[in-house]
Amino acid sequence: MTVTLTVLRQASPDDAPYRQTILFETDDMQMTVASMLQKINADPACTDTEGRAVTPIRWECSCLQKKCGACAMRINGRPRLACDALLSEFRRGRILLEPLRKFPVVADLTVDRSILMQNLMRMQIWFAEDAEPDEAVRGLTYDASRCLQCGCCLEVCPNFCADGKFYGMAGLLPAARLLTALPESQKEAMQQAYRKHLYEGCGKSLACHDICPAGIPVDRLLVNANAAAVWKRRPRRRREKPDE
Amino acid sequence: MKRFLIIGAGLSGLSAAITLAERGLPCALFSLQPSERAQSVLAEGGINAALNTMHEDDSPAEHFADTVRGGCGLADPEAVRGLTEHAPEILRRLERCGVPFHMQNGTLMLRNFGGQKKKRTAYARSSTGKMIMTALIDEARKYEAAGLIHRFPHHEFLRLLLRADKSCAGVRCRDCYTGEIRDYFGAVLLCCGGMNGLFPEMTTGTTQNSGDAAAAVFMQGVPFGNPEMLQYHPTTVGISGKRCLVSEAARGEGGRLFIEKNGARWYFMEELYPELGNLMPRDVVAREMFRVRQSPGCGGQVYLDLTGLSAETWAQKLSDLREELIAYLSLDPKREPVPVKEGIHYFMGGIAVDAKHRAGLRGLYAAGECACQYHGANRLGGNSMLGALYGGKTAAETAAAEAQDAEPDCPVQEDEPLLTPADPRLILQIRDILLSGLGIVRDETTLQGALQSLAELSAARESNAREKARLCLAGAMLQAALERRESRGAHYRADFPQSDEAYRKTTVVCCENGAASVKFVPLPEEGASV
Ligand SMILES: Cc1cc2nc3c(=O)[nH]c(=O)nc-3n(C[C@H](O)[C@H](O)[C@H](O)COP(=O)(O)OP(=O)(O)OC[C@H]3O[C@@H](n4cnc5c(N)ncnc54)[C@H](O)[C@@H]3O)c2cc1C
Ligand code: SF4
Ligand code: SF4
Ligand code: FES
Repeated sequence: MTVTLTVLRQASPDDAPYRQTILFETDDMQMTVASMLQKINADPACTDTEGRAVTPIRWECSCLQKKCGACAMRINGRPRLACDALLSEFRRGRILLEPLRKFPVVADLTVDRSILMQNLMRMQIWFAEDAEPDEAVRGLTYDASRCLQCGCCLEVCPNFCADGKFYGMAGLLPAARLLTALPESQKEAMQQAYRKHLYEGCGKSLACHDICPAGIPVDRLLVNANAAAVWKRRPRRRREKPDE
Repeated sequence: MKRFLIIGAGLSGLSAAITLAERGLPCALFSLQPSERAQSVLAEGGINAALNTMHEDDSPAEHFADTVRGGCGLADPEAVRGLTEHAPEILRRLERCGVPFHMQNGTLMLRNFGGQKKKRTAYARSSTGKMIMTALIDEARKYEAAGLIHRFPHHEFLRLLLRADKSCAGVRCRDCYTGEIRDYFGAVLLCCGGMNGLFPEMTTGTTQNSGDAAAAVFMQGVPFGNPEMLQYHPTTVGISGKRCLVSEAARGEGGRLFIEKNGARWYFMEELYPELGNLMPRDVVAREMFRVRQSPGCGGQVYLDLTGLSAETWAQKLSDLREELIAYLSLDPKREPVPVKEGIHYFMGGIAVDAKHRAGLRGLYAAGECACQYHGANRLGGNSMLGALYGGKTAAETAAAEAQDAEPDCPVQEDEPLLTPADPRLILQIRDILLSGLGIVRDETTLQGALQSLAELSAARESNAREKARLCLAGAMLQAALERRESRGAHYRADFPQSDEAYRKTTVVCCENGAASVKFVPLPEEGASV
């Protein structure tokens, strides 16, 4: 099969972006977009459809099994993990790769997502004292802790922008983790920060829900975190699946 | 002022940074990518500590005995003593940071893991590493806000800065986003993970641990220990670009290994080891898989049969695994057997350190998977996260006690030969040579052959600095495996199938003027280090 791969490229933040199209031959339909990028970068003879040499495409990856969030990018317009996109999905063999749009581009498909960490810093996401966990809501702690900080949810969120005061689901989940075990002394400050940076900006459309590549039940976490931070109720106890 | 430079922000790097910050000592924390992307987030099964919550009369002394036995006599007893004694305290600390370990009625639950006699492994479903990382990233953030931990994400470590007396003065790093190269001065703690990048696509780890950091410091004269000790995990599947781990839990729940023999399924582990069957230690299973593949009448592929597992087991215990196999291989393990093969999973060897985590040069420390500590010739599942946490902490404590005021007292070198990356084709050629020599079963002929091929490869090209370093480290690994003429733990020699007491020593390899030398050094006695 021939994959017609188009990449939105940009040498540096100061350079103009341009599209480059490469015809990529493979029989391996179980190959992921991530591996395709690795293969293209490992081939110094690779040329594009206009015969120009393809310089190594800048992108980030690490785990190659959708557990680290490094490889998030727009694939045919949808924010996803490149290691979670199999070539077999693209029946017409056309793939367009673009960097995430809500973050500044570093080069090609690499974006600078450091705003995510800065937002968590502003929200004071840490336990100032020992956590006070509640065994009944361990499942919530667990799910909230799974967030990859990949940024896919922010890409589709109608209310998030990088310099805004609303931090989106990638900010909400770390806060939700704390709220399942928050010591009394931190409650007031966390509730305030939560209202300001999460509750007030969120339209609850849950556009983020279907996009989350980790499959985190963000709806459940949103309801519970709102209950704990805004309505000052204990997180809802639910019958938990047995852990393993 | 005392300054501390930590390279790597996985479990060991975070542990070191937090330990320093707790003492009010500021540090710089460099990593290629943020902590969320480090290999540590992949750890699944759990972390060991003799908490004895299952009332099996477990104790640190038994954890010590199992670890030393698992390491086949090559683990440093003093270091393992510290590791196992501090393990319960480390686990309790993680609980206080909010790690959602599995609990039942207020009791922290522990599970069985290979090579250990008691239930000693704490876990959080199948994402133990991710849970611990999330908690420690938050903990580190508290100290970042206090100005004690300065993060340098997207920074690549290039090399050490050395003084004329070969002591370590600092590091040279490159900002991967801006391209800027800078020198930083202070005590250096290397926490840069295993050497996965020497074996691209063939390990269960991440691409981020490229092996370049290890190769660079090896070239600079930092001695490595036991580099021939690679842990192969018996059950991995090839997915796009890597080996994906099929956790031991799949066999624990009743998974059975078989191979086609003369047209019928041969459940070889059950026949060869009636007592433990499919649950024999990792190295034994891996070796038997290798053997049956070559035995007459057998097909070339070993399968893991999980079709007999109950719907409940799939739903409650192995749902992640099933989802992964369906997503990447379009294979439903509930219905079809899974083709498995041994894959490189852990590096027991690495930068040689003493029980206090001092590496071979003054002012240099190393911890986590990049260091050779705790696991000897074979690592027990659940001990590496513990080793990374305790090792990072110990390295930081030692560095804090020994550090001098940092001065830029080392001649500044303007040019930077390490900027050019290694040719990806060469990386694959080196990998194939390493695999030919450092397989599950090794012998003199294949190792000599591999060294010969490496020498020819090296002679046939004009290599850049990174390539030279990689070739040199690869050569040292092969040379170490060649000279250890015995079998022990992960190192199995078909021509020397027995262990030999004369080799109950650490293999120490060193690079001098681009060539590697190998020697065998007796293990330290307990209480020897100060
Ligand atoms: C699939 C899988 C499952 C596992 N399961 C378990 C388990 O159940 N129990 C257990 O105990 N262990 C397990 N392990 C092993 C364990 O996870 C690791 O040994 C441990 O987490 C290593 O931690 P670390 O801090 O040494 O390194 P890592 O987490 O690998 O971090 C390395 C850091 O170094 C940085 N780095 C690397 N090179 C450079 C460079 N040149 N410049 C700058 N920074 C650099 C990286 O960016 C990263 O931040 C598992 C491993 C894998 C792969
Ligand atoms: S629910 Fe809507 S507004 Fe709220 S975080 Fe998700 S996408 Fe954004
Ligand atoms: S909530 Fe999901 S999509 Fe958003 S950052 Fe976390 S893992 Fe990524
Ligand atoms: S590389 Fe880790 S999520 Fe894709």
